[in-house]
Amino acid sequence: MKQEIIIAGFGGQGVLSMGKILAYSGLMEDKEVTWMPAYGPEQRGGTANVTVIVSDERISSPILSQYDTAIILNQPSLEKFENKVKPGGILIYDGYGIMEPPTRKDIQVYRIDAMDEATERGMAKTFNMIVLGGLLKLRPIVEIESVLKALRKTLPERHHKLIPLNEEALRIGMEIIKSVEV
Amino acid sequence: MAEEVVLMKGNEAIAHAAIRYGVDGYFGYPITPQSEVLETLAEQKPWETTGMVVLQAESEVSAINMVYGGAATGKMVMTSSSSPGVSLKQEGISYLAGAELPCLVVNVMRGGPGLGTIQPSQADYFQTVKGGGHGDYRLIALAPASVQEMADFVGLAFDLAFKYRNPAILLADGVIGQMMEKVVLPEQRTRLTDEEVIARCPWAANGKTAGRKPNIITSLELDPAEMEKRNIHLQKKYAEIEANEVRFEEINCEDAEYLIVAFGSCARIAQKSMELARAEGIKVGLLRPITLWPFPSKAIAARAAQVKGILTVELNAGQMVEDVRLAVDCKVPVEHFGRLGGIVPDPDEVVNAIKTKLIK
Repeated sequence: MKQEIIIAGFGGQGVLSMGKILAYSGLMEDKEVTWMPAYGPEQRGGTANVTVIVSDERISSPILSQYDTAIILNQPSLEKFENKVKPGGILIYDGYGIMEPPTRKDIQVYRIDAMDEATERGMAKTFNMIVLGGLLKLRPIVEIESVLKALRKTLPERHHKLIPLNEEALRIGMEIIKSVEV
Repeated sequence: MAEEVVLMKGNEAIAHAAIRYGVDGYFGYPITPQSEVLETLAEQKPWETTGMVVLQAESEVSAINMVYGGAATGKMVMTSSSSPGVSLKQEGISYLAGAELPCLVVNVMRGGPGLGTIQPSQADYFQTVKGGGHGDYRLIALAPASVQEMADFVGLAFDLAFKYRNPAILLADGVIGQMMEKVVLPEQRTRLTDEEVIARCPWAANGKTAGRKPNIITSLELDPAEMEKRNIHLQKKYAEIEANEVRFEEINCEDAEYLIVAFGSCARIAQKSMELARAEGIKVGLLRPITLWPFPSKAIAARAAQVKGILTVELNAGQMVEDVRLAVDCKVPVEHFGRLGGIVPDPDEVVNAIKTKLIK
C-alpha cells in the first residue's frame, strides 16, 4: 500500500495539521510516512499545501509530480493541482471553497460540504477532521482508531476533552462525502 | 524498553539528537528555514536536565566565536544557521579549522546569493567543500537525506570532529529541515565530566595541571616556516580523513546504464525519478554521497567504467558536478540538472533530464 496525497487550501483551514494527523496516524500503524509542507511566508488567508505519503515501503521522494489523491479546499489550489492527480485517482473538494468545479473525466471526483456542515453544527474548528473523515471513507489508509490514538498522542492533555468531538467530525465526513458526475 | 519512534521535522531531530548525544553547548541565531533547531532546544530546556547550555547569541558572528571558545576547552559545542547566516560564520570556521578545534556547524541551506529566499537550495556546496573561509582548510561535510539522518549525523559529526580535531558540518536544506518523517532518536547519554573531557582532549585549554606545559589554542603563527609546518600537518590530517572517512550509498547501481549522483533532498527526489525511469525500462542507478568532503571520487570513478553517462541533480547551477567530472576524468559524459533560487524539481523533471541530457 502506498498513498501519495496533496492537501491544499487557504492558510488557517487546518491543511497542515490535517496532514500531520494523517501522517501521525500512519505512524501509529507502523507505516512509513513523510509530511512535506510548502513552507514560506505563509499567513492566514494565503495558500497552504502539504504532501503526505503513507506507505508500507521506504519512501523515496517527499516531493511529487503526481498524486493518488488530492484534497482541494479552495479555487487557486484546484487550478494548481487538478491536472496533477494520477489518471484513475481521486479528487475531493469542499463545495464552499470551489466556484468552478473540476472538469477531468479520467479521475474520480468527490464533493464534501465540510465547511457548510461544520458551520451549521457550530463545530467550525473541526472542519479539517470532517474532510479527513471523507478521505478515510474513500481510502481507508488508516483506521479511525489510529487517528484517535494520534490525537491522544499529539494533543496536549488539556485538549483531550475535544477528542470525542473530533471523532464525531470524522464520522460526519464519512457520511456526507458524495460522488460527483463530471 | 522498545525504541520509541516519533514523527518530527528534520530541524527538531537535530535539536533532540544534540541533547541526547550529551552536547555541552549550542549557540545560535534564528533564521528560516532552520529556526526550529533553536526553538526546539528552548522548548526542551536541556539546561534543566543534562546541563547543556543553549544560548541565542546577538548575531551569527558571536555564535560561531562562542563555539570557538567552547571548543577550545574540549567541550562538545555546536551552532546552526541557514545560508546567509553561515556566510557570516565563515571567518570563525576558518579560525576553528586553523586552531584544529572540533565542533559541529549545521547549515540548513536556502536560496541565494545574498539574502535570497527562504526556500530550499544546495547552492552552498562550494562554500562547504572548497573553503568558504580563507586558507587551506577542510571541513568534514555530512549530507543527510532524511530526518533519521539529521538525528544520526549529529553524533557521527561529533565523533569525527573529535577523532580528527576538525570542525564538522552538517549540510542540509529546507526540504530536509522542514519535512516530518519517522525517527528513532539516540539513547540519552550523560554529558562528559570535566575529568573525562580532560582525558579525551589533552590539548584543550581547560585548566593547567601542575607539571604540564600550557595548552595554547590559536590559529596565529607569524613565523612562515612554522606556519608551513602547521599547514603540512593539516594536509596530512586531511589525507588521512580522505583515506578513512568516505561515506556514500548506492541504489540499483549493479545493472545501471545511467547513473545519477545526488545528495540530500535531491537524492530523495532522484530516487523516485530512478523508480519512474526503471518502470520505463531505462536502467538508472543512484549514487548518493553522504560525505561531500571527503568526496566519494573512487566509487564514482568505478561506476563510470560501467555506465554510459552520469547526471548530477542539484539545487544549484552546477557545483558538485565539478567534483564528479574530476572523479570521472572524461571517461563518460557528466551532465548537470538543477533548479535555482529555491525551486525544487519534481521527479518527472529529473526523468526528463535523464532523457534529454544523457540518452538524447
